[in-house]
Order: sequence, then C-alpha cells, then structure tokens
Amino acid sequence: MSSVSNTTTISSVGAPNRRNTELLMLLFAVAIPVLAYANVGLAKNGSVPAGMLGYGLGLGLIAGVAHVMVRKFAPYADPLMLPIATLLNGLGLVLIYRLDLEPSITTKALGGPRAPGQLMWSALAVALFVAVLVFLKDHRILQRYTYISGVAALLLLVAPMFFPAVNGSKLWIIIPGLGSIQPGEFAKIILAIFFSGYLMVKRDALALASRRFMGLYLPRGRDLGPILVIWALSMMILVVETDLGSTLLYFGLFVVMLYVATERTSWIVFGLLLAAGGATVVGLTSPHVKVRVDQWLNPFAGIAQHGATEAAQVMWSFGSGGVLGSGLGQGYSRLIGGIGVKSDYILATVGEELGLCGLMAILLLYGLLVERGVRTALAARDPFGKLLAIGLSSAMALQVFVVAGGVTGLIPLTGMTMPFLAQGGSSVVANWALVAILLRISDTARRPAPAPASSPDAEPTQVVRL
Amino acid sequence: MNKPLRRVAIFCGLLIFALLLRDNWIQFVEADSLKNDTHNRRVQIEEYAKPRGDIIVDGKAVTGHTTTSGSDFKYKRTYTDGPMWAPVTGFASQAFGTTMLEGVEDKILTGDDDRLFFNRTIDMLTGKQQQGGDVVTTLNAKAQAAAFNGLGNKKGAVAAINPQTGAILALASTPSYDPASIAGNSTQDSQNWTKLVNDPNQPMLNRALRQTYPPGSTFKIVTAAAALDNGLYSNIDTPTDSPLPYTLPGTSTVLNNEGDIPCKNATLMVALQYSCNTVFGKIGADLGQSKMLAEAKKFGFDSTTDTPVRTVASNFDSKTMYPSQTALSSIGQFDTAATPLQMAMVAGAVADDGKLMQPYMVDQLRAPNLSVVDQTSPKQMSQAMTPETAQKLQQMMENVVNKGTGTMAQIPGVTVGGKTGTAQHGVANSALPYAWFISYAKTDQGSPVAVAVVVEDGNANRDDISGGGLAAPIAKSVMEAVLNK
Repeated sequence: MSSVSNTTTISSVGAPNRRNTELLMLLFAVAIPVLAYANVGLAKNGSVPAGMLGYGLGLGLIAGVAHVMVRKFAPYADPLMLPIATLLNGLGLVLIYRLDLEPSITTKALGGPRAPGQLMWSALAVALFVAVLVFLKDHRILQRYTYISGVAALLLLVAPMFFPAVNGSKLWIIIPGLGSIQPGEFAKIILAIFFSGYLMVKRDALALASRRFMGLYLPRGRDLGPILVIWALSMMILVVETDLGSTLLYFGLFVVMLYVATERTSWIVFGLLLAAGGATVVGLTSPHVKVRVDQWLNPFAGIAQHGATEAAQVMWSFGSGGVLGSGLGQGYSRLIGGIGVKSDYILATVGEELGLCGLMAILLLYGLLVERGVRTALAARDPFGKLLAIGLSSAMALQVFVVAGGVTGLIPLTGMTMPFLAQGGSSVVANWALVAILLRISDTARRPAPAPASSPDAEPTQVVRL
Repeated sequence: MNKPLRRVAIFCGLLIFALLLRDNWIQFVEADSLKNDTHNRRVQIEEYAKPRGDIIVDGKAVTGHTTTSGSDFKYKRTYTDGPMWAPVTGFASQAFGTTMLEGVEDKILTGDDDRLFFNRTIDMLTGKQQQGGDVVTTLNAKAQAAAFNGLGNKKGAVAAINPQTGAILALASTPSYDPASIAGNSTQDSQNWTKLVNDPNQPMLNRALRQTYPPGSTFKIVTAAAALDNGLYSNIDTPTDSPLPYTLPGTSTVLNNEGDIPCKNATLMVALQYSCNTVFGKIGADLGQSKMLAEAKKFGFDSTTDTPVRTVASNFDSKTMYPSQTALSSIGQFDTAATPLQMAMVAGAVADDGKLMQPYMVDQLRAPNLSVVDQTSPKQMSQAMTPETAQKLQQMMENVVNKGTGTMAQIPGVTVGGKTGTAQHGVANSALPYAWFISYAKTDQGSPVAVAVVVEDGNANRDDISGGGLAAPIAKSVMEAVLNK
C-alpha cells in the first residue's frame, strides 16, 4: 500500500496478511496493562496485587481468543485495531481497579467494586466480537437490513424515554433486578448501518436531482424527507432525554455520511446550520443543558458558596497531574466524587496519574484507531462498505471528541463514556462489536482477489475426437 | 467517494488534534495554577501527608503531630501549652489553613522550601518520606510563662525583647485559644472554630503584634527623646517652661494632670516621675507635628515589621493635625496607637543607648538533618536617639521605678527603668482605660530585656486600673524570668 491512490487492493498476489504483526502487538497490549496493574498494587499497598495472575491470564485469554478467531475468520483484517482495542480495554480495567481501591467512591450506594463486572462485560464483549466475525461472513449482508436497522435504531433511541432519568439524563433502559443498558451505544452502530444502506441507494438522487438555491444545492423534498425526520428525531431525543452528547454524535454521524455519500459540501453547511440552531435553542431552554454550559464556562464559580463542582475537581485533577502525572495509584481523582469517576470522568484519572504524556498517548491511540477505520473505508471496494466504515470510524472519533472534550473543558460536558476505557457494560460490548464490523470490512477490502479462473479461450484448441 | 473520505479523515484528525491542544493547555500551561489553587484539596492533602517540622523554644518543641484515620489528612498538628504559645505558633489546621509562624514558615515546616531542595532530593533517592524542617525561635519559655500566667484571666498582651539584639523573648496575648482544638477537620474542630471566630473577646487575635492601643503616658518617652534630641531642653534637671494648668494651643480646652502633682515648670526628670500631661503635651506642641512624627518614625511607628510574622503598623498621625491634636498625640492620646511590641521596642531603644534593633523571633531555620539553613543575625533598624539622650532617658525611667509611678516593678539588686501609662479611650473616655507598663532591666553586661505590658480589663475596678498597679507586676515577673535564666 505504498501509493495512496491505489487503495483498491485487488491483486491476486497475496498481500502479507500481517497477522503475526498483530500477535506481536497484542503481546504488548496485554503486557502493558498487566504491568500497570502491578504498578497500582505497588503504589497502593506496597505489594503486587494478588489478582494479578488472574487478571493477566484473563486479559491474555480474551486477546488470544480474539486473535485466533481473527486469524481464522478475517485473516486479512487490519492488524492494528485489535491490539489498540485490547490495550485500551486493558488499561480501562486497570484504571477501574485502581479507583475501586478508593473507599469513598466504592461505597455500596455507588455499586461497590466495578472492575470484576467490567472484566465480565469485556469477556462478553469479546464473545460478541467473535460472534460477529464468525457469523457475519460479508458486511454487505447488513445492507439487507437497512430499514429494519432504521426502525431498530429508532426504538433504541426512543426507549429510554419510558424509563426514569438517571442523573438528569434519560439514557438508560432499566431492567429491574438485572441492571441497566445504555441503548445509545448500540444505536450508533445500527444507525450507521441504516444510513449506509439508505444513502447508498439514494446518493445519486441526493447529489444530482437538486435545485440550486442561494448557491446551495438543495435536494428534492421527497429525498430530504427521511433526513429531516432523522434530524427532528435527534433533536427530540436531545429535548426529552436531555443528552447533548448523543445528539451531537448521531447528527454528526449523519452529516458526515451524507457528505461522503453525496460529495456535496452544501450538506455540511446545511447540517451544521441545523445542528447549531437546534443546540442553541435547547441550550437556552433546557435547564439541565444550561447547567452544563454554565459549568463549562465557569468551572470555578461559586466555590465559596457551595463547594467545588465536579467540573472544577476535574480541572484540578488534570492540573495536578502535570506533564508526567503522579503515577498510577498516587493521584486524588477520587476527590471528583459522585458516580462518574469510573465512567464519565475516567480520563481525569488518566490525566492526573499518567500525566499529559499518558493522556496524549491514550488520545493518540484513539486517533490511530479512527484513522485505521478511515483507512478501511478508503480501501473498501463497495460503497456500502465505504459508508459503513467511515460511519463507524467517525462515530468513534466524534464520541472520543465529545467525551474527552467535555472532560477537559473544551466543550460542555455530556454524559457519554470513553469507548473501551470507561466503566460501563453497554459501551464496551458495543465498541467491541463496532471494531468487529470494521475488521470484517477491512478483511474484505484487503483480501486478495481469487485467482482468475483459467479461461478456455486461452488454451490451445483441442482436437476432440469423436 | 475517496475525496470526501480523505477530508473526513482530516476532520477526525483535527478533532484529536484539538483534544491534544486542550490537554496541553490544562496539563502544561495552566497546570501550576490549577495544581496550587487554594481550593484544590490536594494542596492540603500533600501538606498533611507528612509530619510537619516543629517550632522550637529553648531547645524543646512546642508543637508535635499525631496521625489521624478516616480522613484525607494523615497527620494532625498538636501543641504543647497551646494557648500560651498561640501568639507565636499560630495554628496549622487541616481545615482552616495556617497563621503566624506556622503560616510564615509553612514551606520550611512542610519541607517544600527551596532551601530544602537538597534534602528533598536525598530523601527521594533513598526512598524516605519527605520531612519538614524546624523553626528555632528566640523565645524564652520562662519569660513567656511569666507573661502568660501574669496576664491570667485579664485581657491584654505582653511583648518582651532583648534590646541588644531585637530577639523576641515573650509574646503573650490573652484571652488565648488552643490551636490544637482547631487543628483537625472534624465536626468538633469546625464547632470550635465557629465558637472562636464569634467570640467577642477575639481569642485568636494576636494582641502583642496585631492590635494597637493608645499608648498613653508610655509615649512620653518618645516625646522626651524628641525634646532632648531636638535641643528643646538639653538638661533633664533644669525646669521646663510649663504652665499649670496648660491650655491646648488654639483652643480653650485645658489639659489636666491625673491628680494634684507638681508639674508647674517641672524638670523633665520630675515630669516623667509624676507623668505630667501638661509638660509633655506642651513639648509636643512646641516641637510641632513634623519633629514629633520624625521621632516616632525613628522608633518604628507608622510601618509594619516582619518578625517574620508581620505586625500591624503603630500610628502617629502623619496627616496634618492642629497643634492641640499634636499635643494630645504626644502624650499618647488622640490618634496615637501602638502595639505592645512597638512599646517594648521603645523601652529597648532607651535601654540600649538609642540603638533600635530589628525585632525577630526566628533564630534559625533547620533542615530535618539539623543543619542550619538560615540563621538570623541581629540587625539595627535605626538610631532612635543619640546615646546621650538615651542615657538621660535611662536616668529618668529608672527614677520612675525608684520613686515614681513604677515602684511595683522594682527588682532587688537590678537596675530597672520603666514608665506607666493609663490610656483613656472610648467615646468621652467612657470605656475602661488601658493599663500600660513598659520597662527594661539592666545588668553590667547591658540590658537583657525590655518589656511592654498592656492590660485591658473590663472586670477591674476603674480606679485600680493604672499602669503601675495592673501592668507593672507582670513586667517585673517577665524581667525576673529573663534575668534568672
């Protein structure tokens, strides 16, 4: 792949499949979290934690199974995504374990220790990852379920409205006695499938059959309809479920895919205008969103009157970490308090204990993961695959931006979790599935074309004796 | 479709890049200000994560530490004789910060001071916990006890210094408080804090350094020094030109003396012995405001002093006064106000032949390994008066103790000079006056101690409040404590 322009890798000469590269990097991806785990134990208790062997074996097993299955079912898949996902997942487990050691944020009311549950969810997630690789032989099968996906996504998005709000946001489906799931995490994948299928069919109509209006190409009403429906829905979700982050994610995903499908810049302008308008209205009217915006603008306001906000605590966490960080287990991100330390705010712990260097490394890992996804989109040979790959990758990028931007105070904070890193079962399961689909697309894209069948014409004419 | 794909790739790259930039901003550019934000609890956690160094008096620590559990803070400050030493140590509280020496020398005590960098590095390399340094004070435990016990239940303050060096020997303020009672961050500590803050008697006020009182007649020492230095009178035994009664210049108000005392044309010696308001009021008016102000400033008035705990400035008005007001100011009334330490400095300057030494209470700062990182060397602040003037004033002040208003301060076998003061204050002088006594003791090696005592006692019988009666015995016991050492 030396030439960027030659991204369609149709070649009968088998490109190296890079599975051994993947294995080597997986070794690092397992070793780094295991060492980090030991580091936490040494810092907190002065000894290597007792569960280290089990943890190392568990993570190694997860990575090993995933690798073997990729080798068998997607041998030409991108070699970087699995190690990156494993590393992030492993570090996430270490960070959650580390925060579990702080009694003040591991009370019964806050759900007790979270690491064991997260490990279980990770195992489940990899099981789903394997299942996707095994059963999804070709990503184009998903195209058949375009409209079913549309409906499913809608249901997933609407469902939380009928459940009580948790911490001001209606993001959860609560199953009494079993726990809760965050359907939004799954919705982003299913929405990407729907958009890909829909836009693949409609792209020509959207791109060409348009009227020019004030320098912009506007599509016909009948093509625009479903798009406006999606916009209205995401705005409705924002209003009813008061979740700015998810809205940004879904709508951003939609605009990106629309742009890629139609190659028309006017869609971006149109999309941004709609998004900005909607966000402004909601920001001004919804009290929950307003509070978030106020805290974003003035994280240190009112400390004298009612103590430090979580936003202020998070800022102090980052600042106290400095360039090199305090070292794992030696920070005070527990001071953030509340329910979000292990999930929404986990990056603050990264920033404080691993420092600027550690956090930049983590962000670059996400960047790398996203760019591998975009690379897959470039390499994919079918428009559906291209659209799906870019959709999933940009969803990941947007989510990382919204979460990390929110926590670091670049944009207002929203209730979403960092893929792989943060505590949360739905998130880890959905993101492993996302990676599985990307691997499937990349496997298809990089798989060498079957050797051409021997053409009868090329053979010397044989005399057939009768 | 690849062209928009590449653009999206760039867009995703920009998102990550924006995050990296933001991260650099908060973790590098802004990191220090966030890290050291006073509301950032890590600051206190770090501070109390290791035992603080100690504040040392006479070779013994008056502070200590204890470990606490169930709190963010591992170590808590303890105090030996907390109320007695509170004006010196101040408090180091997990919840309420630090004051006085605990505050000024905080970095030494926590070990964070730059001068302890080497020790810190060694500790880090050898894996030892960072240790705090010690603050060795100049205070004298016996003198401090004498001062604190002398004040007893009365409200007041004592400051004692060594006139030859400026070293502070005693610094007492009553009513006091126990800094140990607010050292933690428990509910009990909060309740104690609220009680102390709301107490009308202001137990946390360091009266010796931070409260000014009208000095009353004790200020006549400064006025006498001004008269002699400026040549208004050159001999303390020749009669002054002082009418009795004395009408304040430019007014019809008559200045009176306390009782029927021989003040008409009295010599300076006699005038100080009987504490004649008329004589010294007229001196002030005759010299004028600028000369009086210059003299007061030479004694340290109108500026703060870092001991290193900062004092408030004592006041002699520099804004234009009428001659009548200058006259009243010169007998320590009107706007004139002084801290007890300031008045101890006045007595000290007289005792040490006019040399005013910079008062200080930290002798050494010591690293945890006991090596000295800072040694205070005595420093002269000013020549408050000529040595001749000082010697004349010594005669006058010793005369006060021998046969004047200060006989209660006599110590057998020791030369003591002193001056009483009873300062009127309040609207129309209705409030109970403050009783002052300033004095020094002298041996053949010069003067080892000068002391100022002020008592503001709401419980005392008004007639009993006089410098000689209430304050002089306390000054005497402090001087004895220093002398018998």
